[in-house]
Amino acid sequence: MPASSTRTSTPPGAPALPTQGEINAEMSRIGGDPGPGAASAMQPRLDYPPYRSSLRRHPSRALVAVDPGVVERSGPVFGDRDVDPLDADLTIAHRGEPIGERIVIAGRVLDSWGRPVPGQLVEVWQANAAGRYVHRRDQHPAPLDPNFTGTGRCLTGPDGSYRFVTIKPGPYPWRNHQNAWRPAHVHFSLFGTRFTERLVTQMYFPGDPLFELDPIFRSITDPAVATRLVARYDHDLTVSEWATGYRWDVVLDGRRVGP
Amino acid sequence: MTSAYTPGQTVGPFFGYALPYPGGNELVPPDHPRAIRLHGTVRDGDGSPVPDALLEIWQADEHGRLGGEPGSLDRDGYTFTGWGRAATGNDGRYTFTTVEPAPSGPGAPAYIAVAVFARGLLDRLFTRIYLPPADADEDPDSAGPAADGVLAGLPLERRRTLIAERDEHGLRFDVVLQGDGETVFLAHTGTPDPQ
Repeated sequence: MPASSTRTSTPPGAPALPTQGEINAEMSRIGGDPGPGAASAMQPRLDYPPYRSSLRRHPSRALVAVDPGVVERSGPVFGDRDVDPLDADLTIAHRGEPIGERIVIAGRVLDSWGRPVPGQLVEVWQANAAGRYVHRRDQHPAPLDPNFTGTGRCLTGPDGSYRFVTIKPGPYPWRNHQNAWRPAHVHFSLFGTRFTERLVTQMYFPGDPLFELDPIFRSITDPAVATRLVARYDHDLTVSEWATGYRWDVVLDGRRVGP
Repeated sequence: MTSAYTPGQTVGPFFGYALPYPGGNELVPPDHPRAIRLHGTVRDGDGSPVPDALLEIWQADEHGRLGGEPGSLDRDGYTFTGWGRAATGNDGRYTFTTVEPAPSGPGAPAYIAVAVFARGLLDRLFTRIYLPPADADEDPDSAGPAADGVLAGLPLERRRTLIAERDEHGLRFDVVLQGDGETVFLAHTGTPDPQ
């Protein structure tokens, strides 16, 4: 299939996708409103129409407040059996060096009381430097990199620290609206010591011009909260003649207040 | 204490090559003497199956013990870790192989804790799978409420969304993200500092 046909924005017969301007207007109208029945203004709105996929996939009823039981106050444990230390380097999964800007991403995982979460599982996945995922549903006509899969995992250290070596992912287009682009990001999956602390999120890079245009990023309607997902460049993490460094700490919310 | 919690974001469409792993949905091997199939379909507000959802469960074993053992990512076939992960297929269906949990404390109802992730779902959702009465002739709506404040506080039609149905393989539990029969999703209230 010629690349030009994969760039056709709307299949024949399908309703036209909204423009970026229309999505921007929708996002502006919602503004900083965390939404009715929001579990917390510190979380994304589950009902955020500018992100079209959320329309039929968010609960229409308010979440029901419960005290976590014995089960939810505990959680799964992972150990050396589960994770190979080499899994934290996404650049060595294949024979050759992946294409792109080599980076270190490091930080600490803390619980709701500011204590480190030691020995817990952190999983990451991401697009390659060209903005392409190794996933059969990713149809973006950008090159795959035979030397980059884009998945990694590690266990946090005694001080809650984690560290990955990877390639800076590229931004990529998606079909939410016309000319929609996701800011470059790395998906993170994190566990605390309690099931209630389970978190899946995305880490972004500083200064990305796409933040303002992205309905997933802006579903966190308080900009000060959304910026917690943005790593900061840290020259102390940068390794001379080898990789630049980004620092990103995670605070798990094990005590969210119900509606 | 800090309040600068890190917000969630959707798991997106492309987790399939990263999060699922072989054996992830087998908390016990299928030939375990008490193995059951826990299965169901994830549906959206149109009633359509959701082919890009991910479920994680956390539960006690058949004696009410909560694991605490590592090895979920590389199962040895003997250790019950209590945790599992299953992605839905193209038909929106998921399956776990597990055991029915026993209550984890005196007077506590037995349930399986669930976290739901999906493309289009901007943050994970929590719910619980309560066990139906062991006796098939017993009214399923009687399950749990006497012992459990969460179920007791819900109107009947909502309560039913949290109680699995028994079938010939084990337990069936559908997740409805929105609309008719919408699953009850939970917000955990604040808990005191454990230390």
